[in-house]
Amino acid sequence: MLLFIALPIVSVVTQSIFAPHPAVLIEVESCTPLVGCTTETTIDQEATAVLRAEKPLGRFVGLDIYFDRGHLAVNEVGALWATTDSLGAFFSELGNLPFYRAMAFTMTFVAVVTPLTIVLGLIIALAINSLHRHLKGLMIFFSLLPMIVTPLIGSLILFWMVDSRGVIGSALVALAGDPDFSLKASTGLMWVALIVYGIWHAAPFAFVVFYAGLQTLPKDQLEAAQIDGATRWQQVKFVVVPHLMPLVTFVALIQLMDNFKVFEPIIGFNAAAHAQSLSSFIFNDLGGETRQLSSASATSVITIIGVAILLSPVLVRTWRDFKGAR
Amino acid sequence: MASRAQKMPKGLRIASSLFVIFWFILAAFPFAWTVWGSFKVELDFFSIADWTNAITGERTKAVYGSAFTDTGYAGAWIQEEFWRNVLNTGLVCFFVVTISLTIGTLGGYALSRSTYNYTFWLLITALIFRAMPPITLVAGYLLPFFEWNVWGILPTTIIVLVAINQPFTLWMLHSFFKNIPSELDESAKVDGCNQFQAFRRVIIPVMWPGVITTGLFSFLLAYNDFAVGAMLLSESNRTMVPAIAAFLGTTQTEGNVMFAVAAVVSATVPLFILVMFFQRQIVGGLTAGAVKG
Repeated sequence: MLLFIALPIVSVVTQSIFAPHPAVLIEVESCTPLVGCTTETTIDQEATAVLRAEKPLGRFVGLDIYFDRGHLAVNEVGALWATTDSLGAFFSELGNLPFYRAMAFTMTFVAVVTPLTIVLGLIIALAINSLHRHLKGLMIFFSLLPMIVTPLIGSLILFWMVDSRGVIGSALVALAGDPDFSLKASTGLMWVALIVYGIWHAAPFAFVVFYAGLQTLPKDQLEAAQIDGATRWQQVKFVVVPHLMPLVTFVALIQLMDNFKVFEPIIGFNAAAHAQSLSSFIFNDLGGETRQLSSASATSVITIIGVAILLSPVLVRTWRDFKGAR
Repeated sequence: MASRAQKMPKGLRIASSLFVIFWFILAAFPFAWTVWGSFKVELDFFSIADWTNAITGERTKAVYGSAFTDTGYAGAWIQEEFWRNVLNTGLVCFFVVTISLTIGTLGGYALSRSTYNYTFWLLITALIFRAMPPITLVAGYLLPFFEWNVWGILPTTIIVLVAINQPFTLWMLHSFFKNIPSELDESAKVDGCNQFQAFRRVIIPVMWPGVITTGLFSFLLAYNDFAVGAMLLSESNRTMVPAIAAFLGTTQTEGNVMFAVAAVVSATVPLFILVMFFQRQIVGGLTAGAVKG
């Protein structure tokens, strides 16, 4: 019994402390080529190799990486704050810093996709719920597809369609009346495409949850509302939606977490030039020839802190529930 | 909505049906389009001249004499050896599911029968892990893996995926075991079973629905993973999804996009079958967390 409890917990706890911990170490590590080379340019290869062998973890730089231009860019932001007059100008300048650009996209994505997903999911659930019994199963099957399919694959499929040579892409070209019209060329349109993909991918989840909620909807409440003269819209607004409210919270929470992780569509849409999320920012650092582990780890830690902030209200509530339950 | 009073007025019914059809097209059309297009040549799949070419396959006819061609599939599976990636994915999925279910059932059962505080901490860990992008963890794994010289092989990836998956599995099975009344194992113990026997003889026979649902989601996680596989696997050991991404990155010559299209379709087929057979479990699993609030 003890073994059953202890093993997974040890494994989980080790994992949970293990992951951030090396991250902090690594970020110091690869500063040797960066920092060491820039400050001590006279060092020859041999000495560098010796130094590396002596301190494989590299020079300790503390929080410097967090504050450099690639991440929080404290100096640049301070300079900007001092030089720009209006808030608008400040934010537009801020958007030129890579980390804040990634941050801005991630936040926009979360803020736009989450509510739209919930609304669309609710409408789909209501519409499908009124269907004939046999059609329902089929519709649920097809509705599940966008969610179940691998995110990268799903985004590739959509990307090929919105490609200027693809079917939706050429339709858009025809609509715009401009042969050079291309989604790939414009940052704004790319964001729109990514957000549309996000909704397409996430709506089935909201739909399934709401649909299950609709099945438990008490009939007599609806009937009572009807007898009291409620119109259909009022029934939905005052009976159905309040009944589904706990589910809305649940979906919103899951969606917040998932959308914060947005990553695959950016790879699939090949959109890194226009939109970076925090995840793809890390991925770019890790990939390629250089493998900037320190930079990636710094972003990772910031992302994890972001997740913690995002989740803190939920955590507090869960803690209270848990205390109350005992 | 069987009662006559709940019958919709005609206008609303039409609007609702139209919306369902609209959603149906939105959900299914991209897949149908891509499957259809995967049997064409690139010039038809991306038909700038005339979009009807993509349906009729004019160019494909011109090149191969028929409106359908399997060059995309042949190129992907034989020339680019996509079957290796499929095999790798199969291995990874199998081991991830097996390992996480084994740990998950034992751990989830133990947790559901214990009343200590760490249950809460476990759930919190699970929640935080659920929210963290897997890529943030990958950064932490890379260096030790290089140091120990275990980078690029399948077992490490499996271990990482299990680790990422485990809190979720534990959580799901924990809440599932909570629903099995503890009177069941208590009565088994009264009848003279020890704890392990009670688990083996009483709990195991009734736990399959929850285990299957959890297994499905573990499978999906392993199957859909891109970040971990792309970073932790060497080129020869890639699983499907990173391999598809690699098709796009490296091969820009004509026709090779079709390899990617064919590979995408090939990778989607197992998911189709999965949804077809396990729709009930997937829906159940998605809503299980929600109903408990």
